[in-house]
Amino acid sequence: MVEKTAQDLDASEKTLKARYGAQAAGFIIVKICVLIVLTALGVLIGFIVMKGFGVVNFEFLTAMPKNGMIEGGIFPAILGTFLLSMGALLFALPTGILTAVWLTEYATSKKFVRIIRIGINSLAGVPSIVFGLFGLAFFVKFMQFGPSLLSGSLVLGILILPTVIGSSEEALLTVPRAFKEASLSLGATRWETMYKVILPNSVSGIITGVILSVGRAAGETAPILMTGATFYMARLPDSIFSKVMALPYHIYALMTEGSHKEQTAIAYGTALVLLMLVIAINSAAIYIRIRARRARKW
Amino acid sequence: MDESIRISVKKFNAWYGEKHALKDVDIEIPRNRIVAMIGPSGCGKSTFLRSINRMNDLIEGFKAQGSMLLDDRDIYDKDIDVTKLRRNVGMVFQKPNPFPMTIAENISYGLRINRMFKGKKDMLLQVEKSLIEAGLWEEVKDDLDKSAFELSGGQQQRLCIARALVIRPQVILMDEPTASLDPISTAKIEELIQVLKKEYTIVIVTHNMQQAARVADRTAFFMLGEIVEYGDTAKMFTKPDKKITEDYITGRFG
Repeated sequence: MVEKTAQDLDASEKTLKARYGAQAAGFIIVKICVLIVLTALGVLIGFIVMKGFGVVNFEFLTAMPKNGMIEGGIFPAILGTFLLSMGALLFALPTGILTAVWLTEYATSKKFVRIIRIGINSLAGVPSIVFGLFGLAFFVKFMQFGPSLLSGSLVLGILILPTVIGSSEEALLTVPRAFKEASLSLGATRWETMYKVILPNSVSGIITGVILSVGRAAGETAPILMTGATFYMARLPDSIFSKVMALPYHIYALMTEGSHKEQTAIAYGTALVLLMLVIAINSAAIYIRIRARRARKW
Repeated sequence: MDESIRISVKKFNAWYGEKHALKDVDIEIPRNRIVAMIGPSGCGKSTFLRSINRMNDLIEGFKAQGSMLLDDRDIYDKDIDVTKLRRNVGMVFQKPNPFPMTIAENISYGLRINRMFKGKKDMLLQVEKSLIEAGLWEEVKDDLDKSAFELSGGQQQRLCIARALVIRPQVILMDEPTASLDPISTAKIEELIQVLKKEYTIVIVTHNMQQAARVADRTAFFMLGEIVEYGDTAKMFTKPDKKITEDYITGRFG
């Protein structure tokens, strides 16, 4: 070790003040950034709550729209968003989990896995309106599902697929290798190891990721614009081939069509409901994650 | 072939990608004996152990060559069923790795996978038997439905041994089974290993030379992927053939 000379010590002494100055400046910039983020979030939520709070009541949540949408409730849109999200889940959950299982446990060629991953990540980067266009061409026209709950759900399902695959992969990989080796060493097949040891121990992680992606699906407008969402329906949807109303599209339609000034209030009310819905969904995910983390023992 | 030989290895080579991990390993492991593998870190002893139940197959880029016979059948033969092989060659790992299940479920897992029981009563009987064999029954008999993670490290390791025993393998591989345990737990497991050799062939990798001296009938000294010396433990620890073995055993390097 080289010994420090008195001169070195002096030099570091002199620079100390400047270094503390740089630190203080850095911290101020960091704090400003955090403040900007919190303000933006606060203003956004506050604005929606203020503007929308007046119209949200029990009737608003449970009644059909009346009198050319300027009165009544938004129940069909709430139901529609719920059905679309569930439909998306029904498609994306099994497909996504099994893809993740294959990617983490079965695929033997690393190169091939890498190519698939690039594909999945690219899918995540595709603008949602492009998904909508694809859905229109493929599900609505080519498969002849028409603009319907089915088409809309499938498009949303594909949209959230990358998230579902990603979070499932992550969850599967957190299961210790030691469990897998123990299972195999007892004469279990890879499939038995997967569904008896690995899946049960990653299910909470998978669910968390999936719920978050459902929140995303619930809020999307562009993918369902051309594939199933409709501005107004006199009845509730009665089959998977029915068109559906949906919260985000409802907001868009209220603000872009018609000229009654009540529409704006209803739009903000709808936005508030959508916001609350997404916050509720995300809270559920956070709750499940916390609980799973506490229960985990390895 | 000699009746008493369970595992016979000739010119066995293994690679992880480009790395030549085992070089021309020749060794014969007798039935109902305890054979210890010792040597410095990275010498290939664990690789060798994990080759016997083909656990290394999980590692991408692993390649094996040469012959490794278990009861006259080549473990690396194309026609060998790896699942069946592993069912017959049990393994105990370095860190206790019970499943996140109850104590009873941990043991019965192997029975359920291999469909080795007739009804619940039979299953419980087999669970009890293997827990008794592993010397854990008295400590856990009232807590069979508790999580295995509530046990101490030493108890967990004996649970893992019971889990391996319940499906009646022919060979038990132990990869530094006491490396993470305190001296008392270690002593219990060493005693247990001595008892188990009556029914099983045991191959144990250990970092602890005293452990090899205490438990093993034969010891193999690995270095840089080769077996330097293999023979009776007593002789190896008193009059080794090679200078380098003596240097390692006496702690001059390692």
